[in-house]
Amino acid sequence: MDTIVSAWFPIAVTIVVSALIVGGMVTVNRLLGPRSARNKVKGEAFECGNPPSGSAWNRFSIRFYLTALLFLIFDVEIVFLYPWAVELRELGMVGFVEALIFIAVLVVGLVYAWQRGALDFE
Amino acid sequence: MTPLNLTTIDFSWLAILPLIALSVGAIVVMLAGTRVDDEDSAALGFIVLVALLAAFLLTMFELGQNTAAFRGSLAVDDYAVFFEVIIIIATALTVAMSLEYAADAGLAGAEYYALVAFAALGMLLMAAAGDLIIIFLGLETMSIAVYALAGFIRRDAKSNEAAIKYFLLGAFSTGFLLYGIALLYGATGSVRLTAIHASIAARTAVNPLLLLGLGMLLIGFGFKVAAVPFHMWTPDAYEGAPTPITAFMAVAVKLAAFAGFLRIFFTSLDPLATEWSPVLWALAVLSMTAGNVIALVQSNIKRMLAYSAIAHAGYALVGMAAANGREAGGAVLYYLLAYAFTSLGAFGVVVALDRGAESHAQIDDYRGLARDHPGLAAAMAVCLLSLTGVPPLAGFVAKFYVFAAALNAGFTGLVIIAVLNSVVSAYYYVGVIVAMYMREGGVAVESMSRRPGLLISIAVGVAGVIALGIYPQPYMGAAVNAFASALGRPALHAVSMLP
Repeated sequence: MDTIVSAWFPIAVTIVVSALIVGGMVTVNRLLGPRSARNKVKGEAFECGNPPSGSAWNRFSIRFYLTALLFLIFDVEIVFLYPWAVELRELGMVGFVEALIFIAVLVVGLVYAWQRGALDFE
Repeated sequence: MTPLNLTTIDFSWLAILPLIALSVGAIVVMLAGTRVDDEDSAALGFIVLVALLAAFLLTMFELGQNTAAFRGSLAVDDYAVFFEVIIIIATALTVAMSLEYAADAGLAGAEYYALVAFAALGMLLMAAAGDLIIIFLGLETMSIAVYALAGFIRRDAKSNEAAIKYFLLGAFSTGFLLYGIALLYGATGSVRLTAIHASIAARTAVNPLLLLGLGMLLIGFGFKVAAVPFHMWTPDAYEGAPTPITAFMAVAVKLAAFAGFLRIFFTSLDPLATEWSPVLWALAVLSMTAGNVIALVQSNIKRMLAYSAIAHAGYALVGMAAANGREAGGAVLYYLLAYAFTSLGAFGVVVALDRGAESHAQIDDYRGLARDHPGLAAAMAVCLLSLTGVPPLAGFVAKFYVFAAALNAGFTGLVIIAVLNSVVSAYYYVGVIVAMYMREGGVAVESMSRRPGLLISIAVGVAGVIALGIYPQPYMGAAVNAFASALGRPALHAVSMLP
């Protein structure tokens, strides 16, 4: 139990000290900083001098989400293939076929996304 | 280090062929479905039915084997076959119910049927697991597919609400489950159920990590089987989901969750029965009471059936709390079997009244059903009476066995509470029957001849209820045998490179 406490004690100290430093900075700023009045003109959105026009809530195209999601899935697939590639000699034919099946299933997913139009550019 | 080959990983075609058949079916549906219009999606449903039939036939080869594969990760025994068979039947009936429903409601057939098939795949994994990681894998596969299915009617706010609530609470409780698995691994040094059992049986003092892991496992599984106080998602998820998916959730998901729950607690955590039996006692009492009392005031039949599902999880937990070996375990398995057929029949009738566009799911919509559709009303009456526990239907026999097992274990108070709850539940079940037979003014139902798949589902449900009730011995024998095979698996071969 002693070795566990002595190993983690420096980390506990680090956390406490960093919390104190950050908390101290924010507190000192609030106490000593200048008081700025809430000004209606200062609070407007900045549009290079033009008066702000239009609504700030725009609709984004769903393609961003689809691209990010597809990237995530195939990136995780690649991450799984890296250790397989490193150990391929020990894994032999069985490991090779297993990985082929893995990649095949994900290719099915790619074909499905392709057919459904997820890869069309806007 | 010798190269990996099929014998060192203990490869077994027998164990995985049903899973391969179902996943191939799901992949075919996914790819073929992009070419199919939404109105013709019933063809995709037939592909899933063929895959389910293939999986069923392949599962039959596993009967009587009582062994393990992949170094203990997959169990090839009668317990797995029992649950796989019910899950395949429940999935097939869900697909049959959906054939016309999905086409009429304009639900995208490729994704719908593929998700149902993938969910069934996860459930088969949970039934055949020998390993905590496989149970988790099956649970996640099933859950994520069902989260998407619950929200499938994209334009309906209630469906979106159902999916969001189910997903958030489900993901949170899965976190608890996984943490519990990690703690169990830390305390015992293995994730294999037989190795955990050996490790717990060999020690004299109970490790606090073990108890903490046990508690978290209870939370995770309590959510999935909809036990109080983990039930908050159930009414909203059941009400908002497309009705065939509600049937899927009420039957197949619950059954798969119980399969994993029972296997873990009776195989590996059995020596700790004095620790978890009182907790299950409390969960059972809370579930039965809260489920029945809140169901009394429901006006939407899907919500009423959701609270009734919570109550029935409570009755099954009574059997689990009894925990005195194969009689109680067999009784719980039989209870789940009876509940599966009853729910499928009842939800089939709900689908009959619930058109995709305008959902008629209020109890008032059932008024006068007996006059125009006596068959549908009779089917619903049989299923509701079975849920109440009226002889000679399946529900009565199931409750009898479970309560008898609990009495034999000495839980008299629990059984008294359960019986009182059954009496209370009669009010809202019979209330629907009264509305169907003795009131006027319900909604008109479309002709059933256009919906043969739905007709078959309801017929199979009602036939199962009556058959299980009139002649329960062979099914009870199968249930007890299945449970015994889960308990007494032969020791795995000693050479093993994994923990």
